[in-house]
Amino acid sequence: MARLQLNQLSKRYGDFFAASDVTLDVADGEFLVLLGPSGCGKTTTLRMIAGFIEPTSGMVRLGDNDVTRLPAWKRNTGLVFQSYALFPHLTVNQNVAFGLEMRKTPKAEADKRVAEALELVRLGHLGDRLPRQLSGGQQQRVALARALVFRPDVLLLDEPLSNLDAKLRQEVRVEIRRLQQALSLTTVMVTHDQEEALTMADRLVVMSEGKVRQVGTQRDLYERPADRFVAGFVGRSSFLEGSLETPDRFRTRGGLAVACRGTTPGPAGMALRPERVMVAPEPLAGADNDFPGEVEFVSYLGGLIDLHIRLSPADLVIAQIPNREEGFMPKAGDRVHVGWTVASASVFPGAGEDADPTDLPPA
Amino acid sequence: MTGLMGFDRRVIGRWALTTAAALTMLYILLPLISVIWLSFYRQEIPSFPPEGYSLHWYGVIAGNQRFVDGLLLSVQLGVSATAIGLAVGVPAALCLSRFRFPGREALNNVLLLPLMVPGVVLGTALYVFHVEAEIATGGNLPIIGSTLGLLSGHVLVVIPWIVRLVLASLAGFDRTLEEAAMNLGADRWTTFRRITMPGILPGVVAGAMFGFVASFGNLEMSLFLVGPGRTTLPIAILQYLEWKIDPSIAAVSVVQIVLIGAAMLITDRFVKISRVV
Repeated sequence: MARLQLNQLSKRYGDFFAASDVTLDVADGEFLVLLGPSGCGKTTTLRMIAGFIEPTSGMVRLGDNDVTRLPAWKRNTGLVFQSYALFPHLTVNQNVAFGLEMRKTPKAEADKRVAEALELVRLGHLGDRLPRQLSGGQQQRVALARALVFRPDVLLLDEPLSNLDAKLRQEVRVEIRRLQQALSLTTVMVTHDQEEALTMADRLVVMSEGKVRQVGTQRDLYERPADRFVAGFVGRSSFLEGSLETPDRFRTRGGLAVACRGTTPGPAGMALRPERVMVAPEPLAGADNDFPGEVEFVSYLGGLIDLHIRLSPADLVIAQIPNREEGFMPKAGDRVHVGWTVASASVFPGAGEDADPTDLPPA
Repeated sequence: MTGLMGFDRRVIGRWALTTAAALTMLYILLPLISVIWLSFYRQEIPSFPPEGYSLHWYGVIAGNQRFVDGLLLSVQLGVSATAIGLAVGVPAALCLSRFRFPGREALNNVLLLPLMVPGVVLGTALYVFHVEAEIATGGNLPIIGSTLGLLSGHVLVVIPWIVRLVLASLAGFDRTLEEAAMNLGADRWTTFRRITMPGILPGVVAGAMFGFVASFGNLEMSLFLVGPGRTTLPIAILQYLEWKIDPSIAAVSVVQIVLIGAAMLITDRFVKISRVV
């Protein structure tokens, strides 16, 4: 395994940048997840690492080698495709052996390693089957064994779980992570599923419109989102629009003065995590901010309850509260108090025209 | 009441379907059956009912040098034309399905054209072309009536079948398999040989098969291209029929049917033709 570095990697089609200035450093043995909506450039980036797309500019380094201009078959990467791409006319053993055969590994050695790789994914007994005789989950494990058996410098996973049903997905998620840690595999995975990303990654890369928006741990992204996009895409946020009057006072469109930790004054937006918004029948002690409001809408999610609370004609926040037996349980139309601490709100400069769907227009 | 009506309707429907299917099968098989039957007649005049049965006519055709030579030439032509057709048609189909280039649609149509043009027209056109070519080269290119000229015509007949069936195979071929192979260390040629080719093999084999049959049975175009003393089997049969009708013609036809049928069955053992055609 090896370190993987991308340096200002870009891919341009005409005027359109499928990926633009992607710079990443994946440490040896690290599990990095590229996360973003479809068309954000994550798959383009993965395919540039694998060598299927030639970058317009920039560099890909694998270990000590610049592989930017090497064809796919001369790079030592193991890719698990979304569709698994098992060779239908070859048995499981032959599929897994393919990479070793291309590397001219002696037969005896190859047989041994194929058996080990299949044992690793617990499919040792199915070596003589054809891919079509396997279930989706088994095919996925064969694809994984095939990508690992020749000891690639980096393991690449392209939405590897998207074709599995929900229950299996949980299992495979754990299994891949276990393997990755046991073998200390440098891994880059692409997904649009944030739960998948959050549970598997050492570090995440949030991408949108071909650009890297933020790189960091789960906690970094959630607690300190770099911009509105990340705040809306990783976890949920409700947004208050307005402007920063002083670095520590935000004025909403509806005229509320909110204590915050901001930077330069000017138009800005404030993102609030629903579970960090406190709701009580009485004014809140302890909170840096406290506003009266009216519950407009309640959605019952089982263990949790979502409340849409209007603070002013132009300001709406979403609060998520636990569903407790003895707890406070407001209904639509109730007057409540809403509060949050300075530390739990993020302020982003600029007017929010690319507003999040949870940011409802003023009534 | 309605239950009974529904039952009746279903029975009638099934009966109608079976009858229609049986009639169609009969329509297709009857000529074949009568030819096979006729080939075993003892008498020379193919009249009904037969006076008795024998293998006499099979002996007659085996002793007829024109039929034997015709069969050999037809097989040689079919095999060579198919081989050349594969060498041209498979790469052509790959280009047509993989690349977007100006004139792609036109090229596609040109490659399928020999299938639409009547054999007589194709034969006339090739003949005129051969004549012109010989005149233009001052007789240095003796192509009229040559085996090479005949072969080039048969290649034309074979190519559309191969292109068409390989294209159909390629449309159903998952290209991420090729990427997977390259990711595992296979260069382009190895990927084609080990992954693409096995994937499109049913189309290639079926295309070769149909191409061979088209060449083997071709009469109209070949009439214009054969030289003196060199006739294909269909032409030999036609020439024989011009002055004589006896069961030996039926026997020759049976030999053809058996050859083609055997080729189909053998092919089908390796690749399911019904999956491509």
